[in-house]
Amino acid sequence: MRNAERKEDLAGREGRIFPVSGLRLPVFPSNFSMILNATFLSAFAGALLVLVLPERWTRWIALAATLAGLGFAASAFPAFDNSPSAPHFQFVTELPWIPTLGISFHTGADGISLVLLLLTGLIAVTGVLFSWNVVLRPRAFFAFYLVIIGGVYGVFQSFDLFLLFVFYEIVIIPKYFLIAAWGSTNREYGAMKLTMYSAAGSALVLLVLLATYAASGAHSFDLFTLADPSKAAFAPGFQAWAFPVMFVGFAVLAGLWPLHTWAPTGHVAAPTAVSMLLAGVVMKLGSYGALRVAMTLFPLGLAQWRIPIAVLATAGIVLGALVALAQKDLKFTVGYSSIAHMGFVLLGLMTLNLSGLGGAVLQMFSHGIIGGLLFAVVGRMIYDRTHTRDITELGRLSLAKTLPFAAVTFTIASVASMGLPGFSGFIAEFTILKGAWTAFPSLLIPAGLGVVVTVAFTLIALQRTFYPAGEVPASPPPQPPITLPEKLGALLLMASTLVIGVFPSVLLDPILRSFESPLMHGLIQGGPR
Amino acid sequence: MTILTLIPFVGALVAALAPGPRAARTVGTGFLLAALGFAVFLALGYDRAAGGIQFTEHHEWIPALGVEYFVGADGLSLMLLLLTTLITPFALLAAGPSISRLSVVLILLLETTLIGTFTALNFIHWFVFYELSLVPAFLLIRSSGTKASTVAALRFFIYTLLGGLTMLVGFLAIQLATGTFDLVQLASMGPSLDGILATHFHWPFAGMLVFAGVFFGLAVKVPVVPFHTWLPDAYAEAPSPVTMLLTGLMSKMGLYGFLRLLLPLFPQRMQELATPLLWLALATILFSAFTALAQTDLKRMLAYSSVNHLGYCLLGLFAVAAVPLGAPTARAAAMNGVLLQIFNHGLTASALFCFAGFLENRSGGLRGLRDFGGLRTAAPVFAGLMGIALFSSLGLPGLNGFVGEFLIFSGTFHLVPWAAALAAIGLFVTAVFLLDAIQSLFTGPLPPQWEKFPDLTRGEVALVTPAVLLMFVLGIYPQVLIALFNKP
Repeated sequence: MRNAERKEDLAGREGRIFPVSGLRLPVFPSNFSMILNATFLSAFAGALLVLVLPERWTRWIALAATLAGLGFAASAFPAFDNSPSAPHFQFVTELPWIPTLGISFHTGADGISLVLLLLTGLIAVTGVLFSWNVVLRPRAFFAFYLVIIGGVYGVFQSFDLFLLFVFYEIVIIPKYFLIAAWGSTNREYGAMKLTMYSAAGSALVLLVLLATYAASGAHSFDLFTLADPSKAAFAPGFQAWAFPVMFVGFAVLAGLWPLHTWAPTGHVAAPTAVSMLLAGVVMKLGSYGALRVAMTLFPLGLAQWRIPIAVLATAGIVLGALVALAQKDLKFTVGYSSIAHMGFVLLGLMTLNLSGLGGAVLQMFSHGIIGGLLFAVVGRMIYDRTHTRDITELGRLSLAKTLPFAAVTFTIASVASMGLPGFSGFIAEFTILKGAWTAFPSLLIPAGLGVVVTVAFTLIALQRTFYPAGEVPASPPPQPPITLPEKLGALLLMASTLVIGVFPSVLLDPILRSFESPLMHGLIQGGPR
Repeated sequence: MTILTLIPFVGALVAALAPGPRAARTVGTGFLLAALGFAVFLALGYDRAAGGIQFTEHHEWIPALGVEYFVGADGLSLMLLLLTTLITPFALLAAGPSISRLSVVLILLLETTLIGTFTALNFIHWFVFYELSLVPAFLLIRSSGTKASTVAALRFFIYTLLGGLTMLVGFLAIQLATGTFDLVQLASMGPSLDGILATHFHWPFAGMLVFAGVFFGLAVKVPVVPFHTWLPDAYAEAPSPVTMLLTGLMSKMGLYGFLRLLLPLFPQRMQELATPLLWLALATILFSAFTALAQTDLKRMLAYSSVNHLGYCLLGLFAVAAVPLGAPTARAAAMNGVLLQIFNHGLTASALFCFAGFLENRSGGLRGLRDFGGLRTAAPVFAGLMGIALFSSLGLPGLNGFVGEFLIFSGTFHLVPWAAALAAIGLFVTAVFLLDAIQSLFTGPLPPQWEKFPDLTRGEVALVTPAVLLMFVLGIYPQVLIALFNKP
């Protein structure tokens, strides 16, 4: 059964490729396969244009490039054939790259990729809108920014592990420069810590990647080849060490407790657009890599390690929330809340059932939007105006009066972050808890406790910052009004979390179908693998 | 049903775009009255002979999770819809012309979530509205901005959310075992649900735990003593119009949950646990009555009195659950009493808090019972109308409160005599503290500082008169409401 499916699937992929005089060229059938590659190509092209064209055009070029990327990512949704007989991976491009090493340029998408590409598009556009006021060397800023975006787009569509790793590395280096040069509090320290952690993580990934290549004997970096037991089999002993090393390498970036400490300091040090990127998409690179590569390649290792990892994920949920409760700096509060929310993603991945896995991917999207929005309010709308993030000091400024738009936005983002129904976070965390119930009933109580503490700290931060009790200063210092780009960016993200909160099926159906594909199906416990 | 839910929602959007608070208030009132009209229209269109759930709409929503958009209404829902659409405009207008635009929008949103809760027939759909109601309620409670109200709002939010969470976990277990969130389907498997849960989780106490989770969530919301600690602060510190909504409508969400979720899904469990549950109801009745007796703050006293009256609903409900078979007349009496009491308490308690608000406006925030006296002479209309409402709360025959409590007691006496006998002590204490309130507010010498105490304005009289008239109508001819949930 599974092999038949796989053949169909491969036929679906290769139907678009045919050899012409030794070169394999992509064909563009009804579903335009380049549409995905156009996402990162537009970002990289934007980065080049920013550097060569006059500086006064910079922001507009960046906006156009990210809008184009969002357009391509979003248009892939209606173009994606979601009928039961359609291939699971669509928009496939496969070109030889370094054939001697078995490396090819192999991209495509299933529902999981599509959802994360859409998230990247949304965060990229809003990040530009929230960086509209960057005056310090804007060309370099936006060039680095667009390179990161391109790299993220690339990771989410690569099915050749070498290609995936190249894109992954493209993301890590520019982050350092963006934080160190344009950041704020403790920026050198934050940037260095973040880069060290990411680099160490990717070193682990690379190590296992090379070992995998050697151990498989399949002479290929192609994920489909490596994940096919008939072409590449990994001994249980190999998996027992390869899985945890690679998983942890990826999960560092996803904020896995106790390797999460880069995240709060990095978020705080980063300029707004970069902390949005970090929370919004870069943390998702980690969880995506863990799911797509580590978990798919090493099912036996996964079976051995899933319980310890699930415990760590739950610890992240509870401790992240408790630490957030104690923060005085609003950006630290939001930073630690990211750890708690990403803990849900990792917990969902470890459940190895449809509900938990699907919920984890949905939570990646949901937290990307909500975390991005929270950082946008804290970093751009508030800090750029007040130059303080101390919750008590902010409380004295009557921000609800002087910056009503920021107050309303932060309120909506907080409510969404608490996981109240009607917003995307509820459905995501609910499906994860549902999956966790079957997989780890004993972790349900601490996870539930984490939810309650999350509500408490979010509510307290919201109240102390925007609606402090007691005497209000007679004449609060006026603040510069919220600009149009800020409003547009905030509205885009708020609309996204609401629409997905009310119609989660738009994303959930393609996500759940992805787990039926031969590549991912083995993850589901009791599946054929 | 969808239209009814959308009316206040659209109203909220329009009010949010209105140029100023005054226009927002006018727009809001218009939409709320339209919703009231529509609810009356629905109630009149309800086919009593057929009974059961009508006006259903069924659509797919999130098929992957078994979540459907499923709404409909039976007599109970319709009665609560009438109450909701009646009390909300009452509260909005009671807030007076100084209400902010944000508050108008929040009140309209709150009505949307209430209507959604009272019509939903799929658990998740129900839960979405149930939980969302917390947001406008939270913001409304703390809208006065004082330190105490902030703390009260936070506590209210966290307590109820915690309750919601245990309930959600409980229903998750039910869904895992039965594969559905559909309340109608679940109710049809009611008696066997416990067994299904026990087999699915290989654990005989699974059903018990699920029951406890759902019970806790609802008990916090109503509230049942000892889960009531959030309530006195929230009721006292919130602006009076907001308290009208809290006590008149939001507490009914909890009772509605008891009637719609707990009783149909766990009939056996309710019967087994009837004795401890009845003790909880008695604790609610007696504890709150004696605590009310000790209060000197009018709003706190009314808050405890409110808990006390809801206790009677629980008493009747648990008595019916205790004796599931036989004694059809007594069971019908108790059940009708419970339903009437839900409506009557909504009406009377909101009216009382409305009067408390008028008092606060005139006294500059003072509301201690001992701060006043002799208001009868200074403000006869105020004293007269508020007196009627207090007597209605006390259960004077001829007024609405009497009918519900009488039916509950006559039914309960037959079903579980000892519980009714003990609860009767509560009736006595209620009478004492309400009469004490009447005495200390209205009679005795008029303190000099209140000699110029202004009486109700024409607008205020026009606002409360319909409510007071309705108290008489329901007291004398309760059939108007009873007809909704009894076949002719």
